[in-house]
Amino acid sequence: MRVVIGVDLGSTTTKAVVLGEDGRMLGRGITNTRSNYDVACALAKGEAVVATRFALFREELRGRLPDGPAGDAIVREVERCFRLEQYLGQLAELREELRTVAEPATWHRFGPELGARAVALADRIGREAPAAFASDAPRGSEFFRDLVGARWRVLAEDPATRGSVGFDGLMSCFDKAIVRVENRALDLSFARHARPAVERYIRESGGIERDFAHALGNAAAVAAATQIVEWNVVGTGYGRSKLPFRKEQIRSEILCHGLGAHRFFPGTRTVLDIGGQDTKAIQVDERGIVTSFQMNDRCAAGCGRYLGYIADEMNVAVQELGPMAQRATRSVRINSTCTVFAGAELRDRLALGQKREDVVAGLHRAIVLRAMSLLARSGGVRDEFTFTGGVARNAAAVAALHQLVRENYGEVTLNISPDSIYTGAYGAALFALRGAEVPAAVA
Amino acid sequence: MNDARGASRDAIPKEPSMARQKEMLGAHYHRLAHATELGLRSAYTFVPGNLTELLLSFDVLPVLPEINALQSAMRGKSADFIALAEKLGQSEDVCTYVKCDYGMLKSGNVGPTGERLPRPDLLLLSYTGCFTFMKWFELLKQEYRAPVAMLHVPYQGDGRVTAEMRDYVVKQLRKVVIPALEKVTGRRYDEDRLKELLARSAQAEEDFVWVLRSARHRPSPIDAYFGGVYYIGPIFTAFRGTQEAVDYYRILRGEVEARLAAGAGPITPEGPLGPERYRLVVEGPPNWTSFRDFWRMFSDEGAVVVASTYTKVGGVYEDGFRHDPSRPLESLAEYCLGCYTNLDLPSRTAKIARYVQEFDADGFLVHSVKSCDSFSAGQLVILREVERRTGKAGAFLESDLVDARYFSASNVKNRLESYLQMIEQQRRGAVSCAS
Repeated sequence: MRVVIGVDLGSTTTKAVVLGEDGRMLGRGITNTRSNYDVACALAKGEAVVATRFALFREELRGRLPDGPAGDAIVREVERCFRLEQYLGQLAELREELRTVAEPATWHRFGPELGARAVALADRIGREAPAAFASDAPRGSEFFRDLVGARWRVLAEDPATRGSVGFDGLMSCFDKAIVRVENRALDLSFARHARPAVERYIRESGGIERDFAHALGNAAAVAAATQIVEWNVVGTGYGRSKLPFRKEQIRSEILCHGLGAHRFFPGTRTVLDIGGQDTKAIQVDERGIVTSFQMNDRCAAGCGRYLGYIADEMNVAVQELGPMAQRATRSVRINSTCTVFAGAELRDRLALGQKREDVVAGLHRAIVLRAMSLLARSGGVRDEFTFTGGVARNAAAVAALHQLVRENYGEVTLNISPDSIYTGAYGAALFALRGAEVPAAVA
Repeated sequence: MNDARGASRDAIPKEPSMARQKEMLGAHYHRLAHATELGLRSAYTFVPGNLTELLLSFDVLPVLPEINALQSAMRGKSADFIALAEKLGQSEDVCTYVKCDYGMLKSGNVGPTGERLPRPDLLLLSYTGCFTFMKWFELLKQEYRAPVAMLHVPYQGDGRVTAEMRDYVVKQLRKVVIPALEKVTGRRYDEDRLKELLARSAQAEEDFVWVLRSARHRPSPIDAYFGGVYYIGPIFTAFRGTQEAVDYYRILRGEVEARLAAGAGPITPEGPLGPERYRLVVEGPPNWTSFRDFWRMFSDEGAVVVASTYTKVGGVYEDGFRHDPSRPLESLAEYCLGCYTNLDLPSRTAKIARYVQEFDADGFLVHSVKSCDSFSAGQLVILREVERRTGKAGAFLESDLVDARYFSASNVKNRLESYLQMIEQQRRGAVSCAS
């Protein structure tokens, strides 16, 4: 099958979208690897191709799966097992790196036990993994580094597990090893992990009919064996110049977000994208062609990283900020011109007895106020208005935006796609589809 | 010496005019360094509203602090000067031209070419719309204890110059500026000599205007922003009225005529520009600390600037104004009143919209600098209004004049590329709609 791929190299995450020849979205992939753009690009593309093969897997099972939600649930469960297999594979790589980096000669100040302790921690996390990936287990993040890092930190803080090595020794060792793992193109492919995932699913489910189990295995084999030809690839995003693509295969994120948002919601005339370090206000015409745009200049305060910094300051996961802000009873005024000063203000407000929820609500409002300024500069908010980027997943930011748009521009339709974080990659893939000419490579 | 592309800079062809202007500037700074031995006086004054012919008629050499600041920036010296000025109490928000100049002064007043600048015999404060000029000269006055002659040029608040405004400036020339020059030089005002200088100015102005107008051709033989400030326009300030300037613009015109005949584009620091892909109009000053990189961001994409407003800060000639020897002081007054910095927002908007149309531009770009409130105030209003009038999309870039801390190359490049791709997308959209 021939596909086109759009890759969006953002400052926080890298996203990829795979489209079929008919323009249908077949798969999406995301990674938060930032160490190396080539690796990030390969990982995101690889993930999107995995998702595409899952679409094939499902297609192959047509007629064998129950209709509706029951069929969806089976595929979802196999995919969950697949993620666990990938995680275990990555963990095995991490374990090897830990063994290497924990050489006593390098880390002698932490004592001779460091290597053994580090490997023991990795083994323990591996044993816990099936429970962490259980169907009903909450996971704060989809990313390997976040998942393993959060657990590592908890275990390293526990005197029983850290032993004489100490917290600093285990964390230093982990930091070095995880960077090495992130800089390597690991085999996370469907071909490698699909069969073990299906076997795990069959084992865990129990009582699955032999025929159906056989069909699952066959479908996985067919999906893995299907040749996927990269017909064309277009890159966008902040790191696009680092992509090993020809100039014609690079598009600015402004164009891609405009086109992607317009394709998600064809009534779109104004787009707001709040990404990691860029906020973009984009006006598009009825064809999705950009007519005007504004981006933050000189400073990235008020972008997604602002929330990341605040989350670090508060020692919570960035995903927790939105729900926390939604529990606010009032909004505290916080500046949005400097991230570091906002962090200082946060501590000051908390010291004065303000509620965490109210302060965090103020931070969300600060971000949106800054975005409102860019929107005004770009030509205002026109109906329909589409909000994209990672921050569009944050319900508190969405609520603040809704309110401020209503106050300033009246009622407009506010669109947010569940795939909003992929908008730039989707736009890039649409450009790839338009420019597709020559087969480039086989995935 | 090799640049980032690996090409030898020495191998890049330079037009004779480029070498000539460099020699002229070098000689000017050398003359300034030896002004006392040569029996010449010097006056510090500003580019907009400069009275070069009047100064030269008294054998007074102009020293232009903005030019010193931008030259320092292009030579990589502004960071230290700005740091020193801040250390001496100038806040981060002060115009960086001021801080760079003040830092240079406090570092021994060694000019961009490495020779010391003379102490001013006169501070000729021509006020043409920039309030900071007054504060700047306050600093210079405290430093040098030199006499100040203030020329107050009324702002074109209604978008036009009236006879009363002109008479008001002429009166100041007669009552304030000329007496001040007579006092510091011990010489009488010589109107015949001024007329000779003005006649040469008018001659050079004809060629200057012709060169700027040549950008109406496709491809444009000049870059009217980067090239405009680099070697086409600057000569206009310290040399206006001289035979050197007349000769310089004659040479320049000849080169441009030759490029026109050959269908060639502008010469950039990287060599001749490749195929012209985008024609742009630019509003606002350039960044000087990364001048060459900034220009390359345009030239790499085949973008040429066909008209700019910053090249009109030293005078607006396209509407027919020329220095007129038959009305010496009146025409000097009209020159000052007509400078770009003295224009109101509607006039600036109309001018940019006209440039976009007359030069058949694909779009226009505002380069907003942190330093300059006079330029920045209303630039977004201009942007929207020009978009409305021309139907062409505008872009907005932000950095600074001579403070390298405010030039984020990757961000500027990102926005410029996005803008040019937007123009390309609109072209393709228009084509697909038409078909």
